[in-house]
Amino acid sequence: MKTGTVYTETVVWSPPEMYVNDAPYQIAIVDLGDRRVTARILGERVAIGDQVELVEERNEVPYFRRRAD
Amino acid sequence: MRRVAVVGVGKTAFGAFPDRDLRSLAVEAGQKALQDANVGPAGVEALYLGNFAGPSFVGQNHLAPYVAGGLGISGVPATRFEAACASSGAAFFHAWSAVAAGIYDVVLVGGVEKMTSQPTPRVAEILAGAGDMSGEMRAGATFPALFAMIARRHMYQYGTTREQLAAVAVKNHANGAKNPLAHMRKVITIEQALAGKPVAEPLTVYDCSLVSDGAAAVVLVAADRAAEFTGKPVHVLGVSQTSDRVAMDEKEDITTLRAVRSSAEKAYAMAGVKAADIQFAEVHDCFTIAEILSYEDLGFVLKGEGGPYAQSGATCLRGERPVNASGGLKSKGHPVGATGVAQICDVALQIRGEAGDLQVKRNEIGLAQNLGGSGATSVVTILGAAK
Repeated sequence: MKTGTVYTETVVWSPPEMYVNDAPYQIAIVDLGDRRVTARILGERVAIGDQVELVEERNEVPYFRRRAD
Repeated sequence: MRRVAVVGVGKTAFGAFPDRDLRSLAVEAGQKALQDANVGPAGVEALYLGNFAGPSFVGQNHLAPYVAGGLGISGVPATRFEAACASSGAAFFHAWSAVAAGIYDVVLVGGVEKMTSQPTPRVAEILAGAGDMSGEMRAGATFPALFAMIARRHMYQYGTTREQLAAVAVKNHANGAKNPLAHMRKVITIEQALAGKPVAEPLTVYDCSLVSDGAAAVVLVAADRAAEFTGKPVHVLGVSQTSDRVAMDEKEDITTLRAVRSSAEKAYAMAGVKAADIQFAEVHDCFTIAEILSYEDLGFVLKGEGGPYAQSGATCLRGERPVNASGGLKSKGHPVGATGVAQICDVALQIRGEAGDLQVKRNEIGLAQNLGGSGATSVVTILGAAK
């Protein structure tokens, strides 16, 4: 799970209780080829079709960012 | 399989009612439905109660016998059904199954939710429990976020616009403003809808249904006994419940609600009708994009044409096929466990010609579509005036 393509995304402004201090934050469904994962996006915002790379996993949540060219 | 009819309907107002507890709402709706059907509590052979999250919202479990007690119903099966926002649709489907199978002649189906006693972030977290808590929700999704991701993908694949989403909200608010039991009786403009505060981009507050308290109930009977209860029976022509993956990242194409598609196909087949025969509908507009998906997955239009259909005026109160004449979840309100049965009440009242200012003109055959989660449960019911 190193790189993938953004299948869809949103920026969450009204968060659940456990992430109330993080908002606004972007999440995306990332297509890894053989499967998709729901992930957090770090850094600049991404759009459908953008290439992203895995930065880290925290509490079993994958964090991706736009892939450097 | 026996034919089944709706012979009594009852709804509370939907809204924020700090002075009402969950049981009093359910009991009010149940009593109204029983009165409408001229049935006493002793005549009820079973209670099917839809409720999503009473234990989380108000700390009460064992809800069905609790509500039955409040109605004076005792000694019969009383069971709660949980299928997220399709909880009472599922209760209705299983109640219908039992009457159709000949197990009971007279049953009460209710739905109730008491949501407004919790602050918004807590409500979001409780509702999130209808998604995949080990994946999408742990990453920070909420239900608005899941439907926002569907909207983004639908826009990308089919060119659906923000204006088309807003058209759904404007229509449903125009209808709900005329509904005396609606939560938010307020007309809104396209400009207001487009300028709403963001909840999960591209959805704003005007794309989201309401957090409400409320209850609804219907009395279902074997159709050959319907005349004992009412002069205006409403017949269940077709009904189906189907399911799909809970986690959205496990679905191949999130712009199609496969369970809506399959439940509609089965309900149409049972009723011997086609999508084109449906004259009016109450659909599950938990978010504006969900109503657009419903147009497509119920077969009213082809995939990708839901946005233009929303903008065409076809689904307005005086359009060719009114959708959500009640105001829908957007304006009428969405006490999640009550919604499925409330939709069936609204369709039945239209068929009886008792919908007041919201009465549709062609009212012989109507459809109710109730969705759970981001599409993992769907219940489609087709009701008609004639058997």
